[in-house]
Amino acid sequence: MIGNGAIIAADVAPILEPSSAATGIFAWIWLLIALPLAGAIVLLTTGRWTNRFGHLIGVATVVIAAGLAIAMLIEMMGRSAEARSFEQTLYSWVFAGQFQVDVAFQLDQLSMVFVLLITIVGSLIHIYSIGYMAHDPDRRRFFGFLNLFVAAMLLLVLADNYLLLYVGWEGVGLASFLLIGFWQYKPSAAAAAKKAFVINRVGDVGLSLAIMLMFVTFGSVTFESVFSSAGGASDSTLTWIGLLLLLAAAGKSAQFPLQAWLLDAMEGPTPVSALIHAATMVTAGVYLIVRSNAIYDKTVFAATTVVVIGVITMIIGAVIGSAKDDIKKALAGSTMSQIGYMVLAAGLGPVGYVFAIFHLLTHGVFKANLFLSAGSVMHGMNNGVDMRRFGALRAVMMITFGAFMFGYLAIIGIPPFSGFYSKDKIILAAFEQNTIVGISAVLAAGITGFYMTRMFTMTFLGKARWDDDAHPHESPPVMTIPLIVLAIGSLGLGASLYYWGDIVEWLAPVTGYESRPIAIPTTVLEAITLVIVLIGVAIAVLMYGKSVPIEPPQKVSVLTIAARNNLYDDATNDIVAVRPTWYAARFLVWFDNRIVDGAVNASAAFVGGASGRLRRLQNGFTRSYALVMVIGVIVVFGVLALVGLS
Amino acid sequence: MNPENYIILSGVLFTIGAIGVLVRRNAIVVFMSVELMLNAANLAFVAFARINGNLDGQVVAFFVMVVAAAEVVVGLAIIVTVFRSRRSASIDEPNLLKY
Repeated sequence: MIGNGAIIAADVAPILEPSSAATGIFAWIWLLIALPLAGAIVLLTTGRWTNRFGHLIGVATVVIAAGLAIAMLIEMMGRSAEARSFEQTLYSWVFAGQFQVDVAFQLDQLSMVFVLLITIVGSLIHIYSIGYMAHDPDRRRFFGFLNLFVAAMLLLVLADNYLLLYVGWEGVGLASFLLIGFWQYKPSAAAAAKKAFVINRVGDVGLSLAIMLMFVTFGSVTFESVFSSAGGASDSTLTWIGLLLLLAAAGKSAQFPLQAWLLDAMEGPTPVSALIHAATMVTAGVYLIVRSNAIYDKTVFAATTVVVIGVITMIIGAVIGSAKDDIKKALAGSTMSQIGYMVLAAGLGPVGYVFAIFHLLTHGVFKANLFLSAGSVMHGMNNGVDMRRFGALRAVMMITFGAFMFGYLAIIGIPPFSGFYSKDKIILAAFEQNTIVGISAVLAAGITGFYMTRMFTMTFLGKARWDDDAHPHESPPVMTIPLIVLAIGSLGLGASLYYWGDIVEWLAPVTGYESRPIAIPTTVLEAITLVIVLIGVAIAVLMYGKSVPIEPPQKVSVLTIAARNNLYDDATNDIVAVRPTWYAARFLVWFDNRIVDGAVNASAAFVGGASGRLRRLQNGFTRSYALVMVIGVIVVFGVLALVGLS
Repeated sequence: MNPENYIILSGVLFTIGAIGVLVRRNAIVVFMSVELMLNAANLAFVAFARINGNLDGQVVAFFVMVVAAAEVVVGLAIIVTVFRSRRSASIDEPNLLKY
């Protein structure tokens, strides 16, 4: 292993002691959330007169938040590992008997890296969006939603209890829904937004049930008390909490079996795909699992399930990404696959938590880089996404090409690009735990090499296969400068976090860390991984290097057809969930119309019909009334005579 | 004389009155039949007062007379008013108050 010196020798257990009160610059934690929230409120409520400068407000709030976050990082780095966790209680939010929840924030090493990722990558994507959305009449609304997203995401990672986390969790879901469906006049975008929302609901139910179970078991939902008393709960309870949290993570992070929404989510504008559906929101599931490490450490079954889900998603995402001709959907498959890596690592326990977050950070940067480069390509190609219509774009958009190449080299894990460090550590950790998992991770790395090379070759190399009216051109500087910054991040972030930033030592107090010896020497393992990646690259070059047909070939393998259809996830969902629900709804409608309404209508008709007949007795003839009275009196007396008058 | 005979007479008179109410169409005659029923009841009250040897029945008979007098006033007024508007004293004709 290259980084032996940086790995701390001893195992580290997570620190569960209460964090210190937020003083000094940390008293401004709330401002991190308040700034973008204020931006969102201003942009979404002021109306048309902020159209001209609204986007600048949106950018400014996130950039200031990023500056504040960097200042906090510097302050935090100056302190010892035990004194890096801060807590700020704003006010008491819910109190009912035993149940009390505060609006309180917790900023520790884990939250800190997330805050930095969200605000810095968020800032770059905001700046990029100025150029990308320049001609959109609804640009102000777009920035309002983006700000709303940043605020909700920061709330998610800064919350000090699960209930407040849930608020952020729903907030990012809302922002994701609004932004996928931003071009709501396109039926496909509206449908994609609805699909994402509905599938996310399934995961959200898991999170809400997990929170209820925590309250019932521990009497509290704050991280501190849940984690410190996690040892006292029964195994089955912890397993259930772990599985429910995994369900939540699977929904938000597009993990199997709730992955179907992510590919459709690419209907949103490309900066949204970069920020929400690549860098930040879809990694919230990984955050949730790593944050709940105290629970997963105690339940082997739930942790193993996490690994299995991660491995499955890692493979299917890579397979789907290999067959897509839509550049954004190919990247979405890649995102699924990479998050599968993180979930896998998170399921490995203390061996993997740190590297899950490490890969999350590097992936956040290089995938944002790849998406924004793809957006830049689309910007120059009349918003086309079909890679079969690209080709030879290297010459006309050098900066985009360079940025994409850096992202490409990072994601396939070529040293010294950042993906090499993070992905390699996950593969290593996987081998420490289980050889099959390790081999799957290496295999997925090979497929990554294949589909990324395919994407790179089809887009930038080879012959031009452009539409006749396409006039590709380089994007304006407001878009290329964020690309350059992210490209530098794709190059250097891995190494600098690993060697200079000591990411392992930084995160270990929160997540715990341990390393185990493995049979294969790490250098050999790294070499094998690299060779397999290069084999993937070589296959892709052989297949797509010379010529690419403009129409997708029809005579392809079963696997390719399956991958083009997203491995039939929609069909599966249709059979498993949509059809049964539809039939159940149809039955209930029938039951309501015929049985429930039928009973009500029948009784009404009976009363109406009977009264219609009975009222005929009121015929208006005095003598008939008199006859009735006489008969009545005779009957009464007759009855009295029969039963006796006593 | 046996007081039971008065009771029988009262029953006969009441029955005649009731049949008159049911079968006659002229409102005046129906009205008379009602009076006959009332007086049959009065006769029964008086006869029972005699049998029981106290005055309760006779007191009630006076009450019935007073009420009957008041009822005659109202009833005849109605009959006269109906006759004025319809030129008829038939009891079957005014049958508008129905379903």
